[in-house]
Amino acid sequence: MSSVASAPAAPITAPRSARAPSTLVVYGWELRKLRSQKRTYLGLGLGVILPLIFVIVQNVHQQHDRAGDTIFGRQITQSGLATPVLMLLFESVFFLPLIASLVAGDIVAAEDGNGTLKTILTRSVDRGQVFAAKALAALSYAVVAVFLSAAVATVGGVASWGFNHVETFSGSVVSASEALVLVFAANACYLIPLFAVACIGVLLSTATRNSTASVVGTIGVVILLYIIAGIPGLEGIKPYLLTEQFENWHGLLRTPTDWAPVTHSLWVSALYAVPSLIAGYLVFLRRDVAGG
Amino acid sequence: MGDEAPPVKARGLVKRYKDVLAVDHIDLNVRTGDVYGFLGPNGAGKTTTLRMALGLIAPTEGTVELFGRDPMRSGARALEGVAGFVEAPRFYPYMTGRKNLELLAALDGDDAGKRVEEVLEIVELAPRGKHKVGGYSHGMRQRLGIAAALLRRPRLLILDEPATGLDPAGMRDMRALIRRLADEGITVLLSSHQLPEVQELCDRVAIVDRGKVVYEGALADLRRQGGASYRLRTTDDARAYEVARGQSGVGGASADEHGVSFQADEEHVGSLSLALASAGIGILALSPQLATLEDLFFRLTEQDGTDGPDVREGDRNGIANDLVNVLDQGAGVSR
Repeated sequence: MSSVASAPAAPITAPRSARAPSTLVVYGWELRKLRSQKRTYLGLGLGVILPLIFVIVQNVHQQHDRAGDTIFGRQITQSGLATPVLMLLFESVFFLPLIASLVAGDIVAAEDGNGTLKTILTRSVDRGQVFAAKALAALSYAVVAVFLSAAVATVGGVASWGFNHVETFSGSVVSASEALVLVFAANACYLIPLFAVACIGVLLSTATRNSTASVVGTIGVVILLYIIAGIPGLEGIKPYLLTEQFENWHGLLRTPTDWAPVTHSLWVSALYAVPSLIAGYLVFLRRDVAGG
Repeated sequence: MGDEAPPVKARGLVKRYKDVLAVDHIDLNVRTGDVYGFLGPNGAGKTTTLRMALGLIAPTEGTVELFGRDPMRSGARALEGVAGFVEAPRFYPYMTGRKNLELLAALDGDDAGKRVEEVLEIVELAPRGKHKVGGYSHGMRQRLGIAAALLRRPRLLILDEPATGLDPAGMRDMRALIRRLADEGITVLLSSHQLPEVQELCDRVAIVDRGKVVYEGALADLRRQGGASYRLRTTDDARAYEVARGQSGVGGASADEHGVSFQADEEHVGSLSLALASAGIGILALSPQLATLEDLFFRLTEQDGTDGPDVREGDRNGIANDLVNVLDQGAGVSR
């Protein structure tokens, strides 16, 4: 920097009009940042690898009756479209919540870890915008993870066992194209409770300021809810546990379509998501950004 | 509001962490065009005050306004025309310097994104812009911090210890950059515990100690209040010392192997030099002492006694060492 003092006098202080970026711009900024982080690809990589492993193992062993505990398991070699359903059955329990919490739990706490929260909060954006962008980015990541995994499972399944009709939970047969729509609709429905998991992750990320604690805490909440669901005598609260909503999409794979689990999961998930987001927002607005 | 309001105006600013009073009713008045030194030992409350000014932490009591806007009430709008950093500037280590600036420019809106290359050139980081910040040295990060601030075309630049951790050349360059920015009309609020830095750059200062402002005003006034100190070397220091002691308007005379030290205003310095000449004593060097600010600083920050915690003693030693370092570098003033 030796020539700084004599550097050509570019107009550093020319007046700039005050036009703050919109929340959408801040959201785009958050996505760009996510794309630069290894953790982002770790989660997505897991979402890709698991269905691939499943398809490869099924192809190698050809032990089709092994997956025959469910109606879709029995159809594994009859239609490739059974694979994404089986994967969603398997991944929805723990795997996808883990992937969602990897980013949601990190998204605010990582700024604390890097000391960059003070950097971004001294720019032209309000704290509310930053929080909204981070929450949206965490939800977006969950969407990408779910649909990426579903897409890989679908492509792998169809490539292995064909694009054929499937039999639904209710025993009716749907065409391959209709089944494809149902597969992705089921994944979309699964996102409802998964969003709530991500919101819990964002809250913990904001409150604990520690990425590891937030990720582990979010998964801990999921495990705790599973444990509560298994406690005898607590059957009454089971319909209101977030983990029970992970099966909300089953109603889509029946004829006629059973929307009740989906609508139920909407408001139950909101009971978890909305207070988490509000609490996280208030903590983020009021917190002192010290250290770093 | 707006341009008429002072860049920084703090009134009764207090920050308390449980039982610790970090900032104790601080008032600050930074005027347009100031290079304002915010001086004090580590732990005196400088950084906490700057964090409150930037809206990063909420004051327990009092208000701070930037160009008439309170960051706690106006949010990001209060930071229009304001840029800087507190403590070390921080960036995303997994991204390049250029990418970091591009991201921050996105948060600034307007034309900030077009200025990334320009500000990298200004801080001479353009060749390293493609490298990840994780591999940057401390000095490079400090410069990147300045670059990030310049993206905003600030009217007020708040810098917290910008030269800390830099090598002598880096410190010199950082000061040159700050001086250039000030010359371009940017008001600078410079927090520092490095007396030479403040002495070289600032025209007005606030000295803070244990959370309280113990002096605020022009650096020149502070020096006048303290009385000017001089160091004298002559052909006969022993006799010169006797002459100085007997001269009216000259006080605090002392002699050692390096010469004679004394305090006097300019008029009496002239009288003394004539008296020395009359006594047949040749003057080899007569120079104002660089330690003046240090003396004043310690006078202001140590007058409450010496029962402070150990960390303050360490900080004082650090300040003294800073001064000694600069003296050893022969910073343009003879001893």
